[in-house]
Amino acid sequence: MLEPGRHLTLGNVACAEGALRAGCRFFAGYPITPASEISHHLSAELPKVGGVFLQMEDEIASMSSVIGASWAGAKAMTATSGPGYSLMQENIGYAHMTETPLVVVNVQRSGPSTGQSTDPSQQDIYQARYGAHGDYEVIAISPWSVQEMFDLTVRAFNLAEAYRTPVMLMSDGLVAHIQEKLVVPEKVEVVDRRKPTSKSSTPWGTDDPSLVPEMPAFGEGHRLLVTGSTHRPDGMRIVTPQYHQMTVYRIRDKILNAEPKIRDIHRVQMEDAEVAVLSFGASARPSLEAVNQARGEGIKAGLFRLKTIWPFPEEDVSALADQVDAVIVVEMNFGKLVREVERVACGRTKVVSLGKIGGQLHMAREVLEAIRGAAA
Amino acid sequence: MKSLYYYRDRYVRAQPTAFCPGCGGGIILQCFLRAIDDLGIDKDRILAVSGIGCSAWIPSPYFDGDTLHTTHGRAIAFATGAKAFNPDLTTVVFTGDGDGAGIGGNHLIHAARRNIDLKVFLVNNFSYAMTGGQIAPTTLHGETTVTSPYGNPESPFDITQLVKAAGATYVAKWSTYHVVELTNAMKEALQHKGFSFIEILSQCPTQQRRVFNLRGALESLPPRILEMFGESTYVRGRPGKTGYLYAVPKGDVKETLIQAEALEGVKARIVDHIGFGQVVRVETKQPEVTREKLGGLSSVGGVADHLEKKIEVGLFERSERPEFTESLRAIMRKAKGE
Repeated sequence: MLEPGRHLTLGNVACAEGALRAGCRFFAGYPITPASEISHHLSAELPKVGGVFLQMEDEIASMSSVIGASWAGAKAMTATSGPGYSLMQENIGYAHMTETPLVVVNVQRSGPSTGQSTDPSQQDIYQARYGAHGDYEVIAISPWSVQEMFDLTVRAFNLAEAYRTPVMLMSDGLVAHIQEKLVVPEKVEVVDRRKPTSKSSTPWGTDDPSLVPEMPAFGEGHRLLVTGSTHRPDGMRIVTPQYHQMTVYRIRDKILNAEPKIRDIHRVQMEDAEVAVLSFGASARPSLEAVNQARGEGIKAGLFRLKTIWPFPEEDVSALADQVDAVIVVEMNFGKLVREVERVACGRTKVVSLGKIGGQLHMAREVLEAIRGAAA
Repeated sequence: MKSLYYYRDRYVRAQPTAFCPGCGGGIILQCFLRAIDDLGIDKDRILAVSGIGCSAWIPSPYFDGDTLHTTHGRAIAFATGAKAFNPDLTTVVFTGDGDGAGIGGNHLIHAARRNIDLKVFLVNNFSYAMTGGQIAPTTLHGETTVTSPYGNPESPFDITQLVKAAGATYVAKWSTYHVVELTNAMKEALQHKGFSFIEILSQCPTQQRRVFNLRGALESLPPRILEMFGESTYVRGRPGKTGYLYAVPKGDVKETLIQAEALEGVKARIVDHIGFGQVVRVETKQPEVTREKLGGLSSVGGVADHLEKKIEVGLFERSERPEFTESLRAIMRKAKGE
């Protein structure tokens, strides 16, 4: 593990370090560019702290074993990229239904299919939101720097444990593969899952206002019935409409109720902004540069960066629509998150989509031109 | 002597079970409960993992310990994570032929290769039973199913040999007919350190009517299935039953039956042979004489004895090599510089 203090390091290494600090003690993955350095680092570091590193036969097995380990009591994680992320979706759905805390790092690369296999993209944000079948509410957060690869990995574990849910860390091939300054703090805040105080607990039901049930582990005498089928609060399978609604609404609502706490927005020069650049992850970097250049030209531009993508921060984006004359949505895809912005803005402000594919980051001048166009 | 309700009261969570009348699932559950009870393993230290399909219901929800009912084909991969993180859990996996050797075949061979200390009980009923009796990777060549109405064009896996070749260190194969042998094999598997695998041939009275082309009344099914497994299986290392010959018909099996019945000192009847399909089984006290006579009949295409084209059951592998979770602990000690 890196000592507390300043380091020059790779985004993926910062992610692995954040995981270790957050208490991750189980990692299972399958080699894939541009996510592999996370597993390289954890294969060396996890055994030193008594953790388990597994390289599985595929991404399906990786996701499966992460869920198994989480129920055995581990803070567990996997890391992958687009093709592997697709393979994991069925079991991510299983993790939602069984309310299994875990972290999935998706270092997004350019698709569809093998695409530009090593180049960055932000094309999987809807796969994070809707990738598995059925209805559920997901938490997805997106880092834009090496420092945030560390900080948001810690946060991903804390959110997973607090809300007993899979959390998606939506990184990309750029943030993962740049070397930047990382400050490792002396101490990080760590959240642990709530353990039951008695053996008569209901691991899939609770009276707690958080709607997050306590979570026992295998081997503790709880005689657990973990199942992806619709179940009663004690785990017994029952597929009636009443139980299905009760279970699936609660699993959704525990996330939606906590949305104000999960929400995380980074605002730069937004106080008096008339044109907002809304972005996330790597594409927010040229966006910030463009905002600064626009300010130099006297245009009142600001950066509205989503660190939490899902649940979508509707209240804040709605207020943004009332504040500014235009919102430019900068993202490395056809234009995906812009749909959410349009839905929430509901015509109250001009929404401009500035999507870009091809595995290349936006140039600051491309964003600047869009700002000029919107301000004119 | 233990009461009839002993195992049910101590180890079974919900009842009655959802198994169809005549299903092998209950027999396998009973064998497992007897095995852990005989060995004195605390049920609270057992994690039973299963996938999707009828086999998945054997432990979940019925086994009253920790259960993990997972996605289709992935039980072994889920179990790998739990066992690797907490090696103190006695981790057993119940899977089926479709679940374990079809969709989950990759995890099966890789877990065998790792020699991780999982006890995998694969229930082979030769079909995808829960979904309606479709062809499985174990369905015999030529068999009729709902997805092979003209006969199965594929040939089956020999799962036992596959797992043995992949590196499992305990491999056995039994059937629901061999309850004593199966219980003993489960005990051996539970005591073995390493990947332990038992293929359990089982019956599906609901779907095997189609799979084995059985058209008779439901109540006639279990004896006929047992006949296939009991009298047509060959136990490795055990002297075979003598006195049975199988006349494979050239054409109509009924014609063969009529001709065979006419022979002196024999009893003949039509049976379903697991390899040859419908044949005439001839019981005789003079096998050599009868074999010659049968071979000369105009309607007989060939004569087989009880060992030919039979399913072989018994112990296939018992060996030692480094176990995966122990290797993981050794790596931790090495990484810590101990």
